[in-house]
Amino acid sequence: MEKRVLFKSVWLPWVLIAPQMAVILVFFFWPAGQALYQSLLLEDAFGSSSEFVGLENFRRLFADPSYLESFYTTAIFSGLVAVSGLTIALLLAVMANRVVRGAGIYKTLLIWPYATAPVVAGVLWLMMFASPYGVLAYALREVGFEWDHVLNGNHAMALIVMAAVWKQISYNFLFFLAGLQSIPHSLIEAATIDGASPWKRFWSIVFPLLSPTTFFLLVINIVYAFFDTFAIVDAATHGGPGKDTSILVYKVYYDGFKALDINGSAAQSVVLMVIVITLTVVQFKFVEKKVNY
Amino acid sequence: MKHRFSAATLAACAFCLPLASQAQTEVQWWHSMGGALGEWVNDLAKDFNASQKDYKITPTFKGSYDESMTAAIAAYRAGNAPHILQVFEVGTATMMASKGAIKPVGEVMKQSGLPFDPGAYVPAVAGYYTAPNGQMLSFPFNSSTPVFHYNKDAFKAAGLDPEKPPTTWPEVALAAAKLKASGHKCPFTTSWISWTQLESFSAWHNVLYATKNNGFGGLDTRLAFNTPLHVRHIENLANMAKTGLFVYKGRNNAADATFVSGECAMATGSSALYGSVTRNGKFGYGIGTLPYYPDVQGAPQNTVIGGASLWAMSGKKPEEYKAIASFFSYLSKPEVAAASHQRTGYLPVTKASFEMTDKSGFYKKNPGTDVSVTQMIRKTTDKSRGVRLGNFVQIRTIIDEELEGVWKGSKTPKDALDTAVKRGNEQLERFQKANKS
Repeated sequence: MEKRVLFKSVWLPWVLIAPQMAVILVFFFWPAGQALYQSLLLEDAFGSSSEFVGLENFRRLFADPSYLESFYTTAIFSGLVAVSGLTIALLLAVMANRVVRGAGIYKTLLIWPYATAPVVAGVLWLMMFASPYGVLAYALREVGFEWDHVLNGNHAMALIVMAAVWKQISYNFLFFLAGLQSIPHSLIEAATIDGASPWKRFWSIVFPLLSPTTFFLLVINIVYAFFDTFAIVDAATHGGPGKDTSILVYKVYYDGFKALDINGSAAQSVVLMVIVITLTVVQFKFVEKKVNY
Repeated sequence: MKHRFSAATLAACAFCLPLASQAQTEVQWWHSMGGALGEWVNDLAKDFNASQKDYKITPTFKGSYDESMTAAIAAYRAGNAPHILQVFEVGTATMMASKGAIKPVGEVMKQSGLPFDPGAYVPAVAGYYTAPNGQMLSFPFNSSTPVFHYNKDAFKAAGLDPEKPPTTWPEVALAAAKLKASGHKCPFTTSWISWTQLESFSAWHNVLYATKNNGFGGLDTRLAFNTPLHVRHIENLANMAKTGLFVYKGRNNAADATFVSGECAMATGSSALYGSVTRNGKFGYGIGTLPYYPDVQGAPQNTVIGGASLWAMSGKKPEEYKAIASFFSYLSKPEVAAASHQRTGYLPVTKASFEMTDKSGFYKKNPGTDVSVTQMIRKTTDKSRGVRLGNFVQIRTIIDEELEGVWKGSKTPKDALDTAVKRGNEQLERFQKANKS
């Protein structure tokens, strides 16, 4: 039995999707096309002399060992941000879902960080860890741990991961909470009567039913870690020490907006675009198979 | 009724049109001076606007130096560039190489018919912004130079003479050791590593930072800061870092705050830090000359400038250029330039403003404020005139990255400098290629 509604008219579906198409064309395809075009040129900052150089910008990028290293840095950063962001948010959502009194207050407070601009998140965390007067740096020294994100690459990475995760937790939290609330209580009650422990109930009922939400958030979080985090890096570490926190998107931002190398920056954003498209395709092809809708 | 009203408006407008064309010529000025310096810029514009009736300068704060430059380039590409743009010294080569985006200040002044004498400006300052043919390209607005800041209270506590700052690097190490022995956690630090420890270091010792007279001689310049003298200096700093005498506080001017707060006892940094320390520092504050190695021939020579200059953008109307010229000649007036110098700690722009400040007894009343001037008002050599390179922002970042490897002990000074030269030269080649046609 065919359940779908079919349009009889030929042009009506096109008219209906036209606004959405217009938005995508203007705000995605046009800039993406510009980036592709710019990545093939070599211009001075003012664009007064312009030369077509083919794939020269890409060749230069991949001949630079530090650029190749930043793939590794980006993989670690994105992995850490996505996994810890999802885990902590899920934990908070499960907790908040159980709270009866004052639930509104908890939920509102947990959503606040999302309203923060990335650069502010970076500065906030930087100040807490600033040596020697930052609150957390001071507390760590009291327990005998010397925090030094200026020269220790691992500390610097931890700092930007914390800032990036903190900022994204609210978003993940909201979706997880909505997901949890849509799970029918009868299922959980039935399992409880059968004698399943809370741990067992979570892993065999709640978590599988949440999988569409988790999958969606995984895609969103990876895209977030790849694209939206340059302001955090800029505010907290400038990509240092050395190049230890110089993730791909930070270099795109730095080369384009600080160093005025628009063509080099465009070439990098094309590379980044390819990576994210590939990752998303892979996720939909393989990870999605494990999702129960 | 309605009709009569619109007719009246029309009639009024017939009068208002010619009025509008006689009104003031407005000039947009984009700058990067925040806080107290922002007030200074606004006061300059206000006083200039009040001093005459024909022109009106409107200053707009556009964020940090790199942000306002990016904004202006975007505006230029869209055909909306401001009239005057403040550009930091590392952007100078980019502005100079831009074809048709700017109008040389020398030309603006000449066409305006106002009296203009390039010789009136302090050579070490104006020389940086002058083309090989002697044409002044941008107006030297706010120039600083690296000096040695020290905390007199910390010196006293360590048993050092607070009136005698160390003048050589061996003396700095000795003073740092004494400060450390007295319990100081951060005896010495520095901001702007490349500017203070390599660019100024090179000029101060009269050696090249880059070939072709540090980029003044052409776009085919290449970096040269990996000589034995440079390696020796970075090795010295690395040893000081190992023993806790030098504490690295991060890139750009991150170290400034640690000196102002009293956390670090000695710091090399911009002379323009003066205003911030006198306002917020709660300790006896002293300024000394930049340290040098006494066994190097020709040291100390002079230091290089930092800060920014004002560029006139192209494609504006003749009367707007007249307005720009009259504003620049206002800024060059001895009394205006002297007041700016004394208020901000930036270098005096003209020789007359320096003499005026000297005569007024300002340097005697504020000891240390003359250090930057005496470091700069010297006859410069081809090696010490300054450093003017393309893609300079990237080169400085590369130096930060490589030297951070030295401070944390994962790279040798020689290796770090060699790599920085190699990576920096790629940037220079790229700039040369992008600007050749």
